[in-house]
Amino acid sequence: MLDPNWETVIGLEVHLQLATSSKIFSGSSTSFGGTPNSQTCSVDLAMPGALPVFNELALRYAVMFGLGIGAQINKTSIFDRKNYFYPDLPKGYQISQFHHPVVGRGTFELFFDDQDIYKIGITRAHLEEDAGKSVHGHFDGKSGIDLNRAGTPLLEIVTDPDFRSSEQVIYYLKALHLLVTYLGISDGNMAEGSMRCDVNISLRKKGDCNLGTRTEIKNINSFRFVERAISFEVNRQIDILEDGGKVIQETRLYDSELDETRPMRSKEIANDYRYFPEPDLLPIQISDDYISKIRDSMPELPLAKYRRFIETYDITKDDAEILLASKEIADYYEEVVATCADSKLSSNWVQTEMLAKLNKSNLCVSQSPISARQLGLLLSKIVDKTISGKIAKQVFAEAWSAEEDPLELIEKKELKQVDDFDKIHTIVQEVINKNTDQVKQYLAANDQKRKKLLGFFVGQVMQLSNGRANPKVVNQILNQKLSE
Amino acid sequence: MMEIHSQSIAQLRDGLRRKEFSSEEVTRAFLKRIKSLDHLYNAFITIDEKEALAAAAIADQKIASGRNEVLTGIPIAHKDIFCTQGMKTSCGSKMLANFVPPYNATVISKFNDSGAIILGKTNMDEFAMGGSTETSFYGACFNPWNTKKVPGGSSGGSAAAIAALLAPGATGTDTGGSIRQPSSFCGITGLKPTYGRISRFGMIAFASSLDQGGPMAKTAEDCALLMNVMSGIDPKDSTSANKEKEDFSANLSQKLDGLKIGVTLKDCSANLDRDYQICLERALTQLEKLGAELIEISLPKNSLAVPTYYVIAPAEASSNLSRFDGVRYGYRCDNPENLLDLYTRSRSEGFGDEVKRRILIGTYVLSAGYYDQYYTKAQRIRRLIRNEYLSCLRDVDMIMGPTTAGPAFDIGSKSNDSISMYLEDTYTVGANLAGLPAISIPIGVINECPVGMQLIGRDFDESTLLNVAHQFQVATDWHLQSSVERDYA
Repeated sequence: MLDPNWETVIGLEVHLQLATSSKIFSGSSTSFGGTPNSQTCSVDLAMPGALPVFNELALRYAVMFGLGIGAQINKTSIFDRKNYFYPDLPKGYQISQFHHPVVGRGTFELFFDDQDIYKIGITRAHLEEDAGKSVHGHFDGKSGIDLNRAGTPLLEIVTDPDFRSSEQVIYYLKALHLLVTYLGISDGNMAEGSMRCDVNISLRKKGDCNLGTRTEIKNINSFRFVERAISFEVNRQIDILEDGGKVIQETRLYDSELDETRPMRSKEIANDYRYFPEPDLLPIQISDDYISKIRDSMPELPLAKYRRFIETYDITKDDAEILLASKEIADYYEEVVATCADSKLSSNWVQTEMLAKLNKSNLCVSQSPISARQLGLLLSKIVDKTISGKIAKQVFAEAWSAEEDPLELIEKKELKQVDDFDKIHTIVQEVINKNTDQVKQYLAANDQKRKKLLGFFVGQVMQLSNGRANPKVVNQILNQKLSE
Repeated sequence: MMEIHSQSIAQLRDGLRRKEFSSEEVTRAFLKRIKSLDHLYNAFITIDEKEALAAAAIADQKIASGRNEVLTGIPIAHKDIFCTQGMKTSCGSKMLANFVPPYNATVISKFNDSGAIILGKTNMDEFAMGGSTETSFYGACFNPWNTKKVPGGSSGGSAAAIAALLAPGATGTDTGGSIRQPSSFCGITGLKPTYGRISRFGMIAFASSLDQGGPMAKTAEDCALLMNVMSGIDPKDSTSANKEKEDFSANLSQKLDGLKIGVTLKDCSANLDRDYQICLERALTQLEKLGAELIEISLPKNSLAVPTYYVIAPAEASSNLSRFDGVRYGYRCDNPENLLDLYTRSRSEGFGDEVKRRILIGTYVLSAGYYDQYYTKAQRIRRLIRNEYLSCLRDVDMIMGPTTAGPAFDIGSKSNDSISMYLEDTYTVGANLAGLPAISIPIGVINECPVGMQLIGRDFDESTLLNVAHQFQVATDWHLQSSVERDYA
């Protein structure tokens, strides 16, 4: 795939929408999908005389992110104005942080890689406001402007040029998604634009220490497109360099329909943003107390949870990875374990039954018809041998579709496992009486064939007992009877 | 009885309480004067007679039932930079000639809550950029003392309205002297409060770190009354200061014994009009007579104030005025061909020359390659200027000096000479750069044109400034001199 002579160097800027219910500088709602311009006020519309007021929750979330990656939290950070004209930017400037971001240098630790831990340097993360949206093609040669999104808080997270492949980039994006959803600071929804990505790519000869000339690909909004945009751009740059040409430093757009990157029109790039400190807002001052209070209230982070799961639940790395795929799944799993006290059984069930069913019906964990406690109680019935694993699966399936409590279902349908020796004995006798031919064959057969036939008898017994007979007891009695 | 239009706000308030006249009579009196005289001055951009009289009727009911607020029934004029809900707010520009705000500036809400009546919106330099009220889209405003002279600016309409007795008091805004200089030119009292004392929400921004609203009236006593209404922290303005509510009227009778006043006349004497210098010295003698101790001081860094100001203010303005793009409100050019054409023509046609000049300067000083040379350096000097003021104000309670270089200049005499117009701000911009409160009060009349002196105080010490100004006005009558006789001549 990649020419072995070249090394790909990638750095990312991720724009993360923070999950505040109101905007970063106004009281308007940030919810997605409202009627165009219904979630705007004088501040978002940049009416004359309107002034921004900073939403403290956005700061809190930014600090949580900073603490989550062990970054330096800057005690003083300053908002700047980034000036450029565009219809979806009503003020003619974006309020951002240029010289003094709230989050300084940090390290992002990935654990999804084959290697145990892979570290990505985080250059900085700063707060800014989102722009609105231009809507083309609906207004007879004109463009519409929807300012509902204008002023939604963003955390722009900038990495060092630490990625060497698109796979690493995707790992990082998934891990970032996981971290921010664990922290509850963003829904990380790429399709709704909660996580958007600018990719900086350059190539250099293997072994070269200097960075090559980079291009920036703007605004990619899905994992798949990130991968394809990188792949296209890398090949484009290789072609240029192999022909002895030079890569031009420029901003490019990824066109997902044509699957190519192309330079943005010069009009789309304002190259001098004339940053200066935003005089309408005071510098943000953060006290040690503020930081330590947030630190104390931080939830357990994915990496710590990963290590704990492997250690305390005795499950494999692969299992842990699946169970940590979202905080909801991890929480669900932990409640199941707490209820039934069998971590491996819980792990298998959550993965093979729960997640499979959820995926199939396109539901998320919180929408599961069977709660973690209900599943835990069901599994505890396997653990204490009230029911077999097979019955449990039937119960689970039935409870799922009927949206009933599995335990109630067991009671109602009398599905409890039958351990009673006499009862099973009677059924075994019945099966033997009905199948004299097979008994004869059994008695005449060698060991290998006997095993097969034994399976037949067990099946018959289970069928007659509606699957409730304890298989261990059935085997025991059958062996005994058939050797008589 | 004194005629209604000649009375101060305090006198009108007392008369209304004693039911000597009704709010409707007061409001009608001023409306009538505006109607018959404002063609001479062009002090007002918008008058809504019906609305004003309806508000007066409500005020009269309140007064009848004893539910008076601070300013119940008193008509106040507002600079057309303050957004008034449902009433055109043009900022003196073609760009906003069709703009009717759906909200009130916090200052307007506070006046409404205090029972005041909106008499009208006053003329001003376009977007408050100017010192003569000649750059208004609605035409120049004229000085009531001599209509060949400018009233000063940018709050020239407010100053002229008060001087011509078309309004008992008004709001103004002061970014580099826009309250104090017209107050001086029109013989009235005007206070620029400490930065952060008065909310800027709904006050159309010129230079956000310098803009400050403030009161303009005949007397310091009235300014104190207006300050009581206007000031206070506002959750909608992050730069408004969290200070305890003060009663500025309660502190006007302090004797000046022991008060230390720093005097800067030596710094400026070379540039001052000779007659004006005499007025300033006479005012000093008066202050000394009242008990103040005069201490000569020097503010050498103030010579850098004008160039510093003309970097910072245009820089902020260039950004603040970007929102006027023809997209959402305000002026839009006819038949734009595309986006760039919409921007270019809407702004080219909507803004006047002075506004364009400042946008150009501001864009230039913020540009890559020039930023450090201009903007960063200006910010550094701004800090030095403030430090110099603060260090002086450790030794003295306030600083006295000229408000302007002399009395009002002729209409048109400086409108083609930007530098000389900018130098008009020499004595006033320092207080804006330092964020300090400063007041201008009348101290004399030269060739039938008034002049004022400026007092600059400590951070949030408007109270002392108002007290000294009031004591001065108790002892003198310059603030009572008026241009009105000419109205009937």
